[in-house]
Amino acid sequence: MTSRREFLIGASAAGLLSSFAIPGIAVAAANTHKRFVLVILRGGMDGLAAFPPIGDPNYQSLRGGLAQSAKNAIALDRTFSMHKSLEPLMKHYRKGHMAVAHAVAVPQRTRSHFDAQNVLENGAAKAHLMQDGWLNRALSVIDSQEQRLGLSVGYSTPPVMRGTTPTASWAPARIPPSPADLLDTLGNLYQSDPVLGRALNEGRRAQAMTGAVLGDSKMKRGNMRSPGRFRSLAESAGRLLAAEQGARIAVIEMGGWDTHANQGTTTGRLARNLGLLAQGLDELSLRLTPVWQDTVICVVTEFGRTVRMNGSNGTDHGTASAAMLLGGAVAGGRVATRWPGLSDAALYGGRDLAPTSDMRGLFKTVLRDHLNIPSRVLNQKVFPDSKNAKAPPGQLIRV
Amino acid sequence: MTSVDAFIAANRFGLGPKGGYLGGISGDPQSWLLRQLGSEDGALPYLKGLPRSEEIGRAWLQARGSREMRKMFNKNRVKPLFRKEILQRTRAAIETDTPFRERLVRFWSNHFTVSITKGRVRGIAGAFEREAIRPFVTGNFAEMLLAVTRHPAMLIYLDNQASVGPNSRLGLRQNKGLNENLAREILEPHTLGVDGGYRQEDVIALAKMLTGWTIAGKRSAQAGQFKFNARRHEPGTKQFLGKRYPEDGEEEAEKALRTLADHPSTARFVATKLARHFVADNPPSDVVDQLQRKFKETGGDLGALARELVTLSAIWDKPLTKVKSPSELVISVFRMLGSPAKPKQMIQPLQLLGQLPFSAPSPAGWPDTAKDWISPESLLRRIELMDLLARRQSSRHDPVNLAEQAFGPVAREETLLSIKRAPSRQAALSLLLSSPEFQRR
Repeated sequence: MTSRREFLIGASAAGLLSSFAIPGIAVAAANTHKRFVLVILRGGMDGLAAFPPIGDPNYQSLRGGLAQSAKNAIALDRTFSMHKSLEPLMKHYRKGHMAVAHAVAVPQRTRSHFDAQNVLENGAAKAHLMQDGWLNRALSVIDSQEQRLGLSVGYSTPPVMRGTTPTASWAPARIPPSPADLLDTLGNLYQSDPVLGRALNEGRRAQAMTGAVLGDSKMKRGNMRSPGRFRSLAESAGRLLAAEQGARIAVIEMGGWDTHANQGTTTGRLARNLGLLAQGLDELSLRLTPVWQDTVICVVTEFGRTVRMNGSNGTDHGTASAAMLLGGAVAGGRVATRWPGLSDAALYGGRDLAPTSDMRGLFKTVLRDHLNIPSRVLNQKVFPDSKNAKAPPGQLIRV
Repeated sequence: MTSVDAFIAANRFGLGPKGGYLGGISGDPQSWLLRQLGSEDGALPYLKGLPRSEEIGRAWLQARGSREMRKMFNKNRVKPLFRKEILQRTRAAIETDTPFRERLVRFWSNHFTVSITKGRVRGIAGAFEREAIRPFVTGNFAEMLLAVTRHPAMLIYLDNQASVGPNSRLGLRQNKGLNENLAREILEPHTLGVDGGYRQEDVIALAKMLTGWTIAGKRSAQAGQFKFNARRHEPGTKQFLGKRYPEDGEEEAEKALRTLADHPSTARFVATKLARHFVADNPPSDVVDQLQRKFKETGGDLGALARELVTLSAIWDKPLTKVKSPSELVISVFRMLGSPAKPKQMIQPLQLLGQLPFSAPSPAGWPDTAKDWISPESLLRRIELMDLLARRQSSRHDPVNLAEQAFGPVAREETLLSIKRAPSRQAALSLLLSSPEFQRR
């Protein structure tokens, strides 16, 4: 928890910076108390492994060597189970604080990581139609005073958070911080440089905000998307979001989901990754305890994977996958899906789980019911051309 | 006398002036660049003593008997080798007298990324670049594509050594099947590009044609090298990009790759990437058109494309259009200030800024625009690192002279003034390294 003293240290450090005003106290007066975290699983997470439809009559035969048995998985209902590596999340599910949306996909049918991630993050009906990310456009509605309610955790701002609304970013410090006078001088030298100038200004503001909450966190260097990093990033994100003057909306990335080979079932690469994901989400929930009732965490991926195993005990790029909603504000304890089934006729392209819900429908429901952004604004500004995007069935957020 | 042309030649085409000195180039910058394309690869002397891929491949095949042996092999052989590889590669870039050629090596090595995100690539990633990229940067695109696709590092990185035709002899016996990974990435980041006009059926057809392209086992005379294994090859005619490919074993995939190298979408895709790298993040379409035409005219002659780049007025008209990537930045610092005393200090900055060699996050390689590399957080890291390097690398040069030399032709008054007024030599050097004139190329 942030003490008054830490906050003052942050504010006085900010006072040393001269070239622009730091809104030291502005965030404390944020116009929303709701928290929203988007977790992007990059590489194509296998929804049929995370939440196997063990009750589907075609599941065992189609999945073959990658099929899980009812004995090794945690049953959620008559059709669906949860991979046993996700066990740390089961307590949330039982409390009704976790929902699974199944057979959900981005609106464009593509098996390219590049296009699928682009469309997942730009919020349009197709890849490359929009330059900025939907979370940034959503922020422009909530964060009209530019209080930097948006936060990216990691070394780069993910495309979903990029856009004209200024956001904060945080990554573990690894080198001694630069002296303020150096940054002041560079601030002047960068003034006419659109790229460097803007980044430096935003970086300094973010530093002033997050420094007070996290102090000097020491984390190992390296790739911030690597699965092993997720837990510590989630922990920091949780602390920043829980703080009174912290951000409200955050995005975290986690890689390692492109399991073309040796995917494994209850052990192996995917099982390990799911375990790291669950531990990280659990850590995040722990840090968000004080604000848990106002929290929604949404975990998504760009596409699912083929239903059948490929030639190397892995799966190739598919279509629909599963998404998770987690938090005290979630109306959970259920799998929300219009299950298409795994019969030959039901498979997309004869090989993939067919999508019956649109990812944008899921996002819009959360933004509307949790962050109170009106549907009209969502349809016009945040997700243009999404009027007919189907949400997973039923209520997802407690209202 | 230095000139803007010399600055552009040294920075946009090269990897930064050695010793910060532009004078050596200023006579005729264009000829200096063109000469490098015809001359010996200046990096080679720095890459001596590094093993060929089959040497490591053979040793791996011997060692893979048990879990314990694999662990020891990775610890005692692969780990120190990878360190040596990236050290010598970095030193080569810092020292080479053919920096334009070296930039091309890095461009193509990134285009055909192999990455240690797949652990088994670690021991042969360096060899991949030496064997499949470096010899071809002024050669032919199709030849590079073939060398790359046959290389054990690529076959491992994109899982082709695990792909089996479901109706092949092995497939029928062991109930194994296709792995689409290599086929998809050949079509997308290697040749046609994401919108290049192929469908899922084409991915599968190419994957089938590629079955059997694998690595010879330990009992073979070619252990650790490329081998076509007919027992894994999916038999039958394949339909690829609207054309029939009758059963032809190993030759099928070679024909398909040559078709891809010849495809207009490939010419467009490569031209766009080159223009983005050498001209600007959003390159003008006439420049892309011109490079695309050259690619087509010359049948993918990469030397001719490099020479075409040197003639582009869009490059010479506008300095500082590109923000340096982390590795470009670090190499240019060390080319100016000299290599650091300890090897660790040469690698650490690359690691800190998130661009360790051979560790790109996906088969698409490292990104190549400012918005990918400059975020609020990463820029602060950059400045901190530049400050650290300024403290470490006490230059013998006076920072004011160094700035005049290194970017005098494009320097703004306020940058030079800030460096002059800095409270200490170290603070002046720190400003120089973080100035827009040094952060850009």
